[in-house]
Amino acid sequence: MTALAEFRSVSFAYPRGTGGRPPFELRELSLTLEPGEVLGLIGPNAAGKTTVIRLLSRVLQPSSGTIVIDGQPASGLDRAAVARRIAVVPQDVPQGFPYTVEQLVLMGRFPHAPARFFESRADLLIAREAMALTDVEALAAEPLERLSGGERQRVVLARALAQQPRLLVLDEPTAHLDLRYQAECVALLRRLHRDEGLGILLISHDLNLAAEVSDRLLLLAGGRAVTSGPPHEVLQAPVLEAVYGCRVAVDKHSATGRPTVSVVWPEGR
Amino acid sequence: MTSRARLAWICGGLAAVLIAVALGSLLVGAAPVPPRAVLDLIAGRGPSGGTDRAVVLSIRLPRIAAAVLAGGALAVAGAGFQALTRNPLAEPSILGVSGGAAFGVVVAQVSGLGQGVVDALGLAAFGFAGAVAAGLAVYLIASSGAGLPVHTLLLAGVIVGIFFSASITVLISIVDANRLGGVIYWLLGSVAPIPPGQLVIFTLVTAVGVWLVLGQARALNLLALGEEGATELGVDALGLKRRIFMGAALLTGTVVAFVGPIGFVGLIVPQAFRMLLGPDNRVLVPAALLGGGAFLLAADTLARTVVAPAELSVGVLTSFCGAPVFIWLLRSRVARVEP
Repeated sequence: MTALAEFRSVSFAYPRGTGGRPPFELRELSLTLEPGEVLGLIGPNAAGKTTVIRLLSRVLQPSSGTIVIDGQPASGLDRAAVARRIAVVPQDVPQGFPYTVEQLVLMGRFPHAPARFFESRADLLIAREAMALTDVEALAAEPLERLSGGERQRVVLARALAQQPRLLVLDEPTAHLDLRYQAECVALLRRLHRDEGLGILLISHDLNLAAEVSDRLLLLAGGRAVTSGPPHEVLQAPVLEAVYGCRVAVDKHSATGRPTVSVVWPEGR
Repeated sequence: MTSRARLAWICGGLAAVLIAVALGSLLVGAAPVPPRAVLDLIAGRGPSGGTDRAVVLSIRLPRIAAAVLAGGALAVAGAGFQALTRNPLAEPSILGVSGGAAFGVVVAQVSGLGQGVVDALGLAAFGFAGAVAAGLAVYLIASSGAGLPVHTLLLAGVIVGIFFSASITVLISIVDANRLGGVIYWLLGSVAPIPPGQLVIFTLVTAVGVWLVLGQARALNLLALGEEGATELGVDALGLKRRIFMGAALLTGTVVAFVGPIGFVGLIVPQAFRMLLGPDNRVLVPAALLGGGAFLLAADTLARTVVAPAELSVGVLTSFCGAPVFIWLLRSRVARVEP
């Protein structure tokens, strides 16, 4: 079976002179995302997680190495073709974003017919379906500006679903959500994963969320892959302590049996 | 109602308004022509000679056409610049782009381009070049790693505008003033009757500019997600921005070449329609084209009648309308965008 996306020893460096950045954002990273797989990408700040998203969505081009999407080199695919396969769910929309919920979700239909001036009837039905999935139908006519952070996040997810991608890339999907919506978000992701066979790349600071949802975790630090494997293999206290530089306690979730990670808070001496 | 039907209704309504304003404008003027005679002439029934015919068909009608074209072009250019910079205050004159275009046109006049059809193309080309130069200068001054900050962009536009305005003054001072007859009046922005050949050029170039902007209206909506967000949805953000910039600069340069640097039309008209119709550029751009035409024609008709037989410059009128709108926007919208 063809992998949804594959990085073959991909390196990325910003050109010289962009502030005080380290020269390399990513070094020789290889990863494979199989259809229907949930891969969790974890690691401390500046590990290169966001760079992986930008490379996948072709906002950035790799300095060396190859990215393969659906069996084809990404460099040979046009942007719309990439956007029909991979949908990125950003953390939020820009400030002052003037459109309504339905208008934003319809934007997800752009890559399917970039030359069309107005969306078709079918586009509208797909957008409504996506809005129903994330429970934002009632907000259709609201401007994004007037919604709460959690509502906006569900709208942004609906827009990504309207793209009908094979791979969903989630950037901190639960950052603005309260516990109830975190739970609903996880339930929704699992349902999409199970029913639609959607592959998911989850980028998150929340190790417990990543452990809960992911089939496999990839731990990234300083632009390199430290280790990868099933959550219970990757989430080992010694590895995490070395990468994050603080003491952690790894336990088992009392209900699901998945690993949980918590910080052992230092004494304030 | 589908989006298509809504757009058709809006365009139909605005076209009706435009035709009504044009008819009204044909009927009034410094020279008294009876309404009956005007209508006969328009219908092709009037006398084949005489003063009335000359006034209506050779003075009022070409002037109306020029005002409609200029207003539509400026409003579309404004809508384009606003979407491009994601800044509701961006507008050809505020961004200094009109100033650059005016400099280009004065250079062309100084180097001897006059009134012919080929000269008209040359003037428009120089206007376009000046507009592009000013636009790039503003972009280079204002852009930083974080994009185009709202206030910096406006300041850069004002500075570039002042620079080109000073350059024009220098040119005018060193050149024999007689060769640049009417240039001062033109610099204030005033619609004059344009000969048919030049009017055709004006129409064609405007059509190209409008096509450049309107053809990408859907992708332009996505630019509100930011360059990265638009790219993730399959938009070639850089190519799109170049195309919109070229279209808006072309429209600005052409208008400046034919009627002068008229300010604020590109601010008032798109802003009014954004409040009435929403931010969708697929509706906003066609509405701005028709509404901008009607607006500038109404302003020009006012300019040539309120102090008749003398005339105000229409640029003065649009500035009087535009300044309060700008201040209101500055205090409401920008404050919210950039806390």
